Amino acid sequence: MTTTAPNHKNTIDAFLRLDRMPHIWCQGCGIGPAVSCFIRAIQRAELDADKIALISGIGCSGRAAGYVRLDSFHTTHGRALPFATGLKLGNPELNVVVFSGDGDIVAIGGNHLIHSARRNIDMTVICINNLNYGMTGGQVGPTTPLDARTSTTRYGNYEHPFNVPYIVAASGASYVARWTVLHARQLERSIAEAMTKPGFSFIEVMAPCPTLYGRMNKQGKGMDTMHVYQERSVVRNGADPKDVAIEPDSPIIVGKFVDIDRPTFWDRYTKMVEKANKG
Amino acid sequence: MSEDGKLTGTFFMNGDTACAEGAIAAGCRFFAGYPITPATEVAERMSERLPHVGGVYIQMEDEIASMAAVLGASWAGKKAMTSTSGPGFSLMMENLGLGVMLETPCVLVNIQRAGPSTGLPTLSGQGDMMQARWGSHGSYEIIALAPSSPQEIFDLTIEAFNLSEKYRVPVLIMSDESVGHMSEKVVVNEIPRGHLVKRRRPAKKPGEYLPYEADSSLVPPMAVAGEGYRFHVTGLTHDEKGYPVMTAEAQDKLVRRLVDKIRLNRKDIVRYEEIGIEDAEVVVCAYGITSRIARMAVQQARDSGIKAGLLRLITVWPFAEDRIRELADRVKAFVVPEINYGQIVFEVERCAAGKAKSILVPHMGGSVHLPQTIVKAIEEAVR
Repeated sequence: MTTTAPNHKNTIDAFLRLDRMPHIWCQGCGIGPAVSCFIRAIQRAELDADKIALISGIGCSGRAAGYVRLDSFHTTHGRALPFATGLKLGNPELNVVVFSGDGDIVAIGGNHLIHSARRNIDMTVICINNLNYGMTGGQVGPTTPLDARTSTTRYGNYEHPFNVPYIVAASGASYVARWTVLHARQLERSIAEAMTKPGFSFIEVMAPCPTLYGRMNKQGKGMDTMHVYQERSVVRNGADPKDVAIEPDSPIIVGKFVDIDRPTFWDRYTKMVEKANKG
Repeated sequence: MSEDGKLTGTFFMNGDTACAEGAIAAGCRFFAGYPITPATEVAERMSERLPHVGGVYIQMEDEIASMAAVLGASWAGKKAMTSTSGPGFSLMMENLGLGVMLETPCVLVNIQRAGPSTGLPTLSGQGDMMQARWGSHGSYEIIALAPSSPQEIFDLTIEAFNLSEKYRVPVLIMSDESVGHMSEKVVVNEIPRGHLVKRRRPAKKPGEYLPYEADSSLVPPMAVAGEGYRFHVTGLTHDEKGYPVMTAEAQDKLVRRLVDKIRLNRKDIVRYEEIGIEDAEVVVCAYGITSRIARMAVQQARDSGIKAGLLRLITVWPFAEDRIRELADRVKAFVVPEINYGQIVFEVERCAAGKAKSILVPHMGGSVHLPQTIVKAIEEAVR
């Protein structure tokens, strides 16, 4: 059922569009490792890759769709989720994955995020959170911590950030987790779990942005941020999402926060169709 | 209605409902929309009908999402549609551009009301005609149809799906509140075999297929998700593989093809109806609800001895420029009534190129022209 290449030297390569390398991501960026985890998750779950569709919006993370050898869609800024909704409902056999960034999914696409979770559309969202807008040069975003410096908050961020897992859980998602790219094994397992679970699954992935956020906040190289993840991360599966906000200098709570069974949009829709056709 | 949900017969139906029925008849099996006056009845009818024909109706959180979902469904292989009016049409412009760039067949219905902004939500307008042509950023061509009756909105919705599948472009139905909300006789016949255009599918195998490799038709065959092609598509400027290429050369090649596939095929696409054109000295050029009043005005002018004719635009985009040029060589003037303060008249003027006068008969919206207003303009044109 799977189309992986078992004898390949590096099995991930079979899933990459090698003719598109080198990619655009900076040295030390966390998006690449998250893509690797996504690919290994497909292999781990032995999913039929021909039936997976990958949708991205705009931004650094939005480039992921272009590098992974799946049916892939690089859409408009913020609109990956509604595009993915149409794709999934157009062909419910597809395993639909949205891979994009925090600015794309949580800011400009924020309304689509809560409504997709509310409907419990059967899809997996991998949301890379690098705490700023990378592609455009490191501006403040809806996840930027208070007081952090960005190219549009030179004197420190004065806006409260979102606690993303909390909103998504409150909106009705079936599965909510957060990992950092340092937690490669857990992230891989989590993506595999999300992709095989019916309903709306959301995984926030903390990822370093050494070129912009890291530099402006004196965090050093990508590896230094990985050390911060190592020091500050606390695995707390089952934590109440309202308690997992990312605050300056506080622990980064990671783990699986929500894993519930709730009828999906499609479950409810097909029931309605039966009813309509009986009447 | 038959067991499989097919509807045939003669009905008394409003334009919005007829539009939905046209979509069902055309094989549309996905609708995403957001309620807005005066287009809501299209969505309501689709929500009622689609469950009976194996289709999906979803009410999205806004019109941005509606248009995005329609594109997604089309890439899953479904014929997909949305409907809206002015404010929602503005929101759809973003993903209309994506639809053009990804070459996604779909239909977008605009039951126009009077603007700008919230304007007159329940009353007629034709103020979005230029937005239909230029509303999304960048250079592109679009197809837009302007039905003038419930029967025609039914027929043209089928036509819209055919054109969108053939040319891989979103097709707009630019109707108006008057047509959307008027009820008239609508005859729904069984669609003749072979009438519905099937999407051109890739002849090449996965690995060999290039998503944007086009032959002389300029329209590439289209794979959809889940078939094993593992294709990539992007709103970025791209090459035949679908890969982004950030050069002026790639941009030139792509944009030329996107525009030319419509522009060079306009003889196949452009549709209009003519009445009393043969000996006409003055031609009234009108579309949508206004064309019906124009027809009365032309008849009245004829009755009073003026050689007037009607050119009723059925496709508004691409524009019937070849026909206007021909007519401009032999008529005195074009009279252009429209429910806006001048949009299509500028196209007429451009094509007439000074050889014939172009006279706007504007209406700011909220109702329709009186026939005598148009008659007066015809009289002045021949004076």
